[in-house]
Amino acid sequence: MALINVKTKEVQVKIVYYGPGRGGKTTNLEYINKTYRDRIKTEMVSLKTQDDRTLFFDFLPFDVGQIKGFDVTIQLYTVPGQVKYNATRRLVLRGVDGIVFVADVQKEQRKKNIESLNQLYENLETYNLDLFNIPFVMQYNKIDLKQSAIPIVSSQTLQKDLNGLLRAPAFEATALRGGNVIPTLKKIISITLASIQDQLF
Amino acid sequence: MFNQSQLDAIDAAIHTHLISAGLDHVIFMDMAGNTIANHNNGKTMLDSTAFAALAAGNFAAVDAMAKLVGESEFSLLFHKGEKSSIHFSKVNNETLLITMFNKDISLGLVRLKVAETIQRINSILASDK
Repeated sequence: MALINVKTKEVQVKIVYYGPGRGGKTTNLEYINKTYRDRIKTEMVSLKTQDDRTLFFDFLPFDVGQIKGFDVTIQLYTVPGQVKYNATRRLVLRGVDGIVFVADVQKEQRKKNIESLNQLYENLETYNLDLFNIPFVMQYNKIDLKQSAIPIVSSQTLQKDLNGLLRAPAFEATALRGGNVIPTLKKIISITLASIQDQLF
Repeated sequence: MFNQSQLDAIDAAIHTHLISAGLDHVIFMDMAGNTIANHNNGKTMLDSTAFAALAAGNFAAVDAMAKLVGESEFSLLFHKGEKSSIHFSKVNNETLLITMFNKDISLGLVRLKVAETIQRINSILASDK
């Protein structure tokens, strides 16, 4: 739940990028960090293994201005995508306000996307949160692979696989080149802020 | 959500019990990594936003380890450095108190002062709902 400090007039909002391993969660944050460098006061924090896989989380805070006189800081986190790190994934979800699910469009990742989304549902339940009620944006990443020989799953199929019931806003993206990274971010920020706005009086 | 008088009282408690006792930096934060109160002695430079995110992760990881070994919790953590050290203590199920102090201050004094402050914060939160 967003932290609203009535004394310092600050709101801190937590948005988590979730999804299967090597799907592009960290790449999303790296692109955002590069694009908004002048608005980000601190360095991006990455806890990763020696071979550059996320071990615990990446963390990137930035200011988005004022709402009703409150300074709003968005704190972006990623989770480690590898299957074995579910305990850590669950820890990062504590206090989450909004979620971006970064799905990997590669055909061989189809099952992993579904498994990861199912596990997200279960992990949120441990905090009494419902995936169907939390601000949520879907991102189908690596869509540029359709120009290569690597087989991918169409966005229509991914919509059926992952978003048939959720019906969340969805974006096709190429995180490495920044394609639709910022629209995804803007969407999750706007729906998350809309959801907490009622708490500001 | 904390109200204005609770936040004022928490700030006062941190100053009276901890900063006045010579501690360098104190962060009162929630378990999600959000800073609720942030105080220092004017001499420290710290990226407290990133620090709070890492502290929450650290405490959560150790808490999960406690469960694995059959403990309900490890309610305090202590990291000792050459010049400065960090003390983590759970205030209640939702919040943590992190204190940083230099080698001139003993761990015993820090623990005593932190315990006093936690008691004070919990009474502020209980009495002012």
